[in-house]
Amino acid sequence: MKFLVCISNVPDTTTKITFTPDNKEFNKAGVQFVINPWDEYALTRAIELKEAAGSGTVTVLNVGEADTEPNIRKALAIGADDAIRVNAAPSDAYFVAEQIAAIAKEGAYDVILMGKESIDYNGFQVHGMVGEMLGIPTVAPAMKLDMSGNTATLEREIEGGKEIVSVNTPFVASCQQPMCEPRIPNMRGIMTARTKPLKVVPAVGEPARTTVAEFALPPKKQGVKLIDPENAGELIKLLRNEAKVI
Amino acid sequence: MSVLVVVECADGEVKKSSLEVASYGAQVAAQLGTTATAIAVGEANEANLAKLGEQGITKVLYDAEPRLKDFVNNAYTKLIATAAEQEQAKIIVLANSNIGAAVGSRLSVRIKASLATNVVEMPKISGDQFTVKRGAFSGKAFSDVVLSGDRKIIAVKKNSTEAQHDAGKTAEVTSFSAQLSDADFADAPKQVVMQDQAGGVLLPEAERVVSGGRGMKGPENWGLIEDLAKALGAATACSKPVSDVDWRPHHEHVGQTGITVSPNLYIACGISGAIQHLAGVNSSKVIVVINKDPEAPFFKAADYGIVGDVFDVLPKLTAAVKALN
Repeated sequence: MKFLVCISNVPDTTTKITFTPDNKEFNKAGVQFVINPWDEYALTRAIELKEAAGSGTVTVLNVGEADTEPNIRKALAIGADDAIRVNAAPSDAYFVAEQIAAIAKEGAYDVILMGKESIDYNGFQVHGMVGEMLGIPTVAPAMKLDMSGNTATLEREIEGGKEIVSVNTPFVASCQQPMCEPRIPNMRGIMTARTKPLKVVPAVGEPARTTVAEFALPPKKQGVKLIDPENAGELIKLLRNEAKVI
Repeated sequence: MSVLVVVECADGEVKKSSLEVASYGAQVAAQLGTTATAIAVGEANEANLAKLGEQGITKVLYDAEPRLKDFVNNAYTKLIATAAEQEQAKIIVLANSNIGAAVGSRLSVRIKASLATNVVEMPKISGDQFTVKRGAFSGKAFSDVVLSGDRKIIAVKKNSTEAQHDAGKTAEVTSFSAQLSDADFADAPKQVVMQDQAGGVLLPEAERVVSGGRGMKGPENWGLIEDLAKALGAATACSKPVSDVDWRPHHEHVGQTGITVSPNLYIACGISGAIQHLAGVNSSKVIVVINKDPEAPFFKAADYGIVGDVFDVLPKLTAAVKALN
């Protein structure tokens, strides 16, 4: 079984988001980048399934410029076998999906996994686009993934419940908790990751279909109105008469 | 050309988020000087579909194929693509739900459309320039995105726009067939399992949310959260540490790596307000924070606050709500 795990390079979850003075770009200064937390579920589950089968490969794919390589190495340290970096800025979901589809097709991967969405762009689009480009099923967002031969059984989250879906390879799934406990690299992994293959390839396909014109931060709150805990019921009156939300 | 709206139904009812989407689509159509047609998916009821006229929809297409009751990605995509073709729709509006996002992304490739998800406002249309505002950085920011090309798909975030109700207006319900074959249903779910919803309010669609953090001290104390939620008709939620230790199921986890919500009222009980949690809630209209630590960072993001012990305060609030009703 050949697994292709797509990871994106995103600001750490504790990052305070700021933009360049013209609000056109995210301000990267002093920001720690990490593997997108949702993608960690995809990566760990692929490694677990490979280990359980006793055969197969896990390839990590990132669309990004050279500054993403530390996190690609981290994915190798966690247990992926090799990596591919498409040397281009991930300009929009469509562009990224094109790169993934091209590599998945060329390498004849059986299982293409990624996180539910990236925590920076929050598109929740790439999985479906890749599936459609390759003409294969997509299961998103998946909470559970088990393989038996060429058949996968997945639990897909829906509003208010879940669906049990079974698909044959090849397929695409976007992953989220509680699929597995994401692994962290150990010392042996970090050592071996240095020499694992990391191939850099140029981008293909059409340009992005969407462009960001401007970023904005949410409006600041006016300040909190404190209510005496002894008189907590007063809050309910304020919510009805002043805020008018109940 | 027209605007096509995808309306999700369950048990015969149009979902609340789809009423918002219908209203959104009708307003976009009015801006463009055209009409809005809806395509229904899921288990629909014709009388309820006709009521979409209240949101400004003129016509509703409905395929009564029974296998469309449950979500099937390929079949839904083909159904909507066929409807878009028939209606010559340039703009397709759907909910930013698990169904909407799954279908929207496939559809965008199939019909060569640009796609924006997580959209929070009406578009700005000026000449050929079509710009939408969407949530980014998991609720920590917004971005104005320009959609290129002839066809556009917009997935609207739940609770971010209000559904209009023009009482008495009805839409024409027309039967429609996308000539779906068995192959289109190959990825149909084997089984659908619905959760037992306490109080019946789904968190992603809830207008009011009562949420608990580590300050609740243990899952055995969640009755206090549930009592207030029930009195308010609210959904229950929790912070990441709480779902990490399995006090509550992960689908209740609100935050950057859980779900982001935008209810009218969010009541946080015993949650300190880490930046990752705030990301998930800061588009809520009114935020109430109850915490015994006056230094809890959540107070800075709140509209109302009570510095006090949740175990004393929650029963008082529940009683006050009951007294009000």
